[in-house]
Amino acid sequence: MPETTVILDAAAMQRALMRIAHEIAERNENSAEVVLAGIPVGGDHLAKRLAKILSEIWRQPVPIGILDVSMHRDDLDRRAAPEVHPTVIPFDVTGKTVVLVDDVLFSGRTTRAAMDALNDFGRPKKIQLAVVIDRGHRELPIKADFVGKNVPTADNEKIRVKVVENDGVDEVVLERK
Amino acid sequence: MTWSRKHLLDIESLTVDEITTVLDTARAFKAVGERAIKKVPALRGKTVVNLFVEPSTRTRISFELAEQRLSADVINFSAEASSFKKGETLKDTARNLEALNADFIVIRHSASGAPHFLSRVLNASVINAGDGAHEHPTQALLDTFTILERKGKIAGLNITILGDILYSRVARSNIWALRKLGATVTLCGPATLVPKTFEQMGCRVTYDVDEAIRDADIINLLRIQHERQRQTMFPSINEYTQLFGLNKARLAKTKPDALIMHPGPVNRGVEIDSDIADSGRSLILEQVTNGLAVRMAVLFLVNGGKGPQEVAGD
Repeated sequence: MPETTVILDAAAMQRALMRIAHEIAERNENSAEVVLAGIPVGGDHLAKRLAKILSEIWRQPVPIGILDVSMHRDDLDRRAAPEVHPTVIPFDVTGKTVVLVDDVLFSGRTTRAAMDALNDFGRPKKIQLAVVIDRGHRELPIKADFVGKNVPTADNEKIRVKVVENDGVDEVVLERK
Repeated sequence: MTWSRKHLLDIESLTVDEITTVLDTARAFKAVGERAIKKVPALRGKTVVNLFVEPSTRTRISFELAEQRLSADVINFSAEASSFKKGETLKDTARNLEALNADFIVIRHSASGAPHFLSRVLNASVINAGDGAHEHPTQALLDTFTILERKGKIAGLNITILGDILYSRVARSNIWALRKLGATVTLCGPATLVPKTFEQMGCRVTYDVDEAIRDADIINLLRIQHERQRQTMFPSINEYTQLFGLNKARLAKTKPDALIMHPGPVNRGVEIDSDIADSGRSLILEQVTNGLAVRMAVLFLVNGGKGPQEVAGD
């Protein structure tokens, strides 16, 4: 059994999402331009949560999409084929500020793939990145705009962001092998 | 989600999990075909050779478009204009193609087992696009995908395959896939073309077409394969149409939500009435659309794990 430590419990996770949503609102004055795109598996539910909070702040619905990046990864022949999820972008991204939502920022390669994948749907005015956990170890020049918590990690550690929708519980745990 | 195969040679050796993985993956690829930009970079820099030693139009075009939409480089190699005419063996041809650093070989061959043979002598990934009367795995996967999309399930459905079963690789692959996924499969056609030995694959065999289609949820019609028949297996095409062709009178006695499939090419007026082929109950063109998505999914999956293995990061 891997050794696990809870980094964020349900209440702390909710506070982090609340803060991220307020930061998104603060950074983007024109609320009509903002759309969210969650990266599966972790980011799609988090995008829905953020959209709900943002729509309460702005008193208007915030469009959300699902952006699967597996076809755009740069390591496709170095591993077993990843699970592919349908991409659903039910709005035109051209001229919009797209906030990418992911659970964990690690090497930055998923984010790079997400930016490539987004190009197939149009030319956003801006792309921003929101993550619940930034665990370091970047391999590309990529930085998150909105971070729930910075967690310096070692290579043999793994961060798991659990959400009620998938795992029955909201929490973030650090697993050590 | 499990897939660790380098080749797709047949359905017989696939597990239920592996079949489900292809179908799930194909769903995502179908959505790619509905976008403004229908191309993804998943196979960028990879070379695919379509080695079609037996003539084919729709399967080759479907594979070729699937490869292009995955950004692969594509070489087409057909029997008519090739070194086979000059007497080169399949093994030598394939090794020459590999010497050009082909990463994938999609092969259609009149000899059963040709793809299996290539998979043993080559380093490239081999995909079976139809070998003799043995298997046509991507056809079975696209048929299964189409049924699943329209009926929401496979298990418990009654699926009738009607026509030339004996010479049909489509029938064999479909039987394997459908039986594994829990469907009840009924075979029907002239007794010479539907031997009772198919009961060993877990199918029901009947020669009464009205009985065969009465409770069917799906009726899959197969073409009479003139090119594979060395002797006449039934008296005449006209008689086949009378006895086994799907016409309006027969269709009226089926379940109202029974749907019609056909792998193509369709012989209008022989195995199927022309109006039925064009009706809302016909899935023939959906099969073509889904074939593209399924072939993209297969290429994407066999590409995984070809290089040095790394553990995926977040």
